[in-house]
Amino acid sequence: MTRIAGWGRQFVEAQELVPESLMGAPPVLFRGLGRSYGDSSLPPASHPMVVRTTRANRILAFDETTGVLRAEAGLSLIDMNRTFLPRGWFSPVTPGTQFVTLGGMVAADVHGKNHHVEGCFGQHITKLKMRVADGRILEVGPHLHRDLFTATIGGMGLTGQILEVEFTLSRIPSPWLIQESERIANIDEFVLKLKEAASQWPMTVGWIDCLTTGKSMGRGHLLKSRWAQPDEAPAYFPRELPEFRVPFAAPEFVLGPLSVQAFNFGLYWRQPQKKKTTIVAPWVSFYPLDFVKDWNLGYGKRGLTQYQCVLPNEAGPDAARRFLEVLSREGGASFLCVIKDCGPEGAGLLSFPKGGMSIALDIAVRDDTQQLVDALNEQVIKEGGRIYLAKDALTRPEHFKAMETRLPRFNEVRQKWDPEFLFRSAQSVRLFGDPA
Amino acid sequence: MKRFAILGATRGMGRSLARRCIERGDSVVILGRDAEDLKRSAADLQVRAPPGVKVATAVCDLENSDTFRPAIEAAETALDGLDVIVVTAALFATQDKLEDDMALTQKLLTVDFANTVTFCEEARKKLLQRGGGTLCVFSSVAGDRGRKPVILYGAAKAGLSAYLEGIDHKFRSQGLITVCVKPGFVKTGMTEGLKQPPFAGDPDAVSETVLRGIDSGTPIVYAPGVWGGIMTVIKALPRFVMRRVGF
Repeated sequence: MTRIAGWGRQFVEAQELVPESLMGAPPVLFRGLGRSYGDSSLPPASHPMVVRTTRANRILAFDETTGVLRAEAGLSLIDMNRTFLPRGWFSPVTPGTQFVTLGGMVAADVHGKNHHVEGCFGQHITKLKMRVADGRILEVGPHLHRDLFTATIGGMGLTGQILEVEFTLSRIPSPWLIQESERIANIDEFVLKLKEAASQWPMTVGWIDCLTTGKSMGRGHLLKSRWAQPDEAPAYFPRELPEFRVPFAAPEFVLGPLSVQAFNFGLYWRQPQKKKTTIVAPWVSFYPLDFVKDWNLGYGKRGLTQYQCVLPNEAGPDAARRFLEVLSREGGASFLCVIKDCGPEGAGLLSFPKGGMSIALDIAVRDDTQQLVDALNEQVIKEGGRIYLAKDALTRPEHFKAMETRLPRFNEVRQKWDPEFLFRSAQSVRLFGDPA
Repeated sequence: MKRFAILGATRGMGRSLARRCIERGDSVVILGRDAEDLKRSAADLQVRAPPGVKVATAVCDLENSDTFRPAIEAAETALDGLDVIVVTAALFATQDKLEDDMALTQKLLTVDFANTVTFCEEARKKLLQRGGGTLCVFSSVAGDRGRKPVILYGAAKAGLSAYLEGIDHKFRSQGLITVCVKPGFVKTGMTEGLKQPPFAGDPDAVSETVLRGIDSGTPIVYAPGVWGGIMTVIKALPRFVMRRVGF
């Protein structure tokens, strides 16, 4: 037995198997690099066993002409980037960290700064090799066992074990990005500018200061980027950033309200001019936090949670403002707050994004965090939105059921492929009502 | 640009070492017992390799000494010569398990000592016949001193280390360089489920150390390097102390 946790550092005792081959793995939940924040990758308390896939990390095929890559589910994105970026290929969709596995990217159906153009990762999958509850090994894809496929992308590992993933890498003109950073005065301008930028830039994301209230509420920076053409980019390959480690869990005052306020103030005024264009390395643009290893330790012994929701277009352009108002009313101090417009919903039955605004908050776990999450969830339900399972640790089942209208369909497919709930997680026990 | 044959390259430290070799432009033949698994690893290496780097496979099973010579010959043919032969493969079982299972004990002693040495003899002859080369074999820190938790495994590795030292003394002047790698605890499938001691190593870091040792022809390579210091202390401990401590 060892202590394992999600990125939010709420530990449980469990047996974690790390086999070199996934073929002989027992029929329990798979986990990758454990970057989901909450309990998505933790086993149920009554059967505390998980399989970590990270040793199954072989690339099985790559087609230099089409970009189609097939690999074992434990291959990490950082390994992929080191292998393929120098050759002019990049993952079609990347989350904000490269410490994730392919299997994890499928299970959470990750999205990135290009969601408004490229959708989720699942949209780029051509085939999955899976083992389902009855022990069969199946090839699954958009045209093969489609029900199982759509339940598996974004299905948090609950439909079966993902053994291999086949998907298409994107050709990139150079390993550098042109990034335009624009200072934004408040949340209303943000929503407007994000929508406007979506038609001109393949990648957009906003950082907002969610502590400032009143007229400047939701001010921040909008980052718009695209891959640089060879004639715009430096001739050399960008250097990886040096690593920095957080040595131990920081005392809680380090991320108290005052320091968070100071940090956000500094970040906002770091760019005095309205617009600034730079050329940046992929790790600076996509993975700004990755160079601080174990940055989650900065949140103290009780760890952190991330709250990420999407507020649908139907809720109107003021939905983001209303959300921030609830956040400041509840006194939620988020160190980092990220806003991003989402394109239309994908095929994944439980996939997170849908057309609208996504807002993500990193929150240190304190005595009142449950209350804060409850209040935010009530607001999200009112707006017709939903939360991202990969980030969640604290949502109540009744709230989840109220926001997840697709749940009956997912349950139906899961019932067909895993009637005995062999593949369940601490999260599915908490939210889906699986047997403990 | 060297030509490597690596026995045990489908997993753990061998997999990591093979990747490191091909990434810097060396050609590699991977040797292992499962043809299907070899194919998967070869695909992995071929995709990672720069253009023009050769990757090949040959079936070789440390439990079956009949496979040794054909495998080494196949490797030589595939790369049109060989510069380095590496053995990372071995069996491991805990002392408790071995004490309860005589058949397993016999198998482990055979594979980790007798068969590994037999394989090395074939490799030695092949390399000497070619005018020299490097033979790099993974022994273990467990062979440095008789210790309670690794008596049988350690005994096999002690024998292997002694053999490797002997052939290094005898054949270095003829161009055969022997590198004896002594890994400490490394986090691989082999040590899965064991309690991790302090200074547990990562296969990627170990393979970097090993490759440096191969390039420079270092006779004994501790990996991670800190184990060199630890073993110096352990080797110096008097018997009455060793008898009392648990490691």
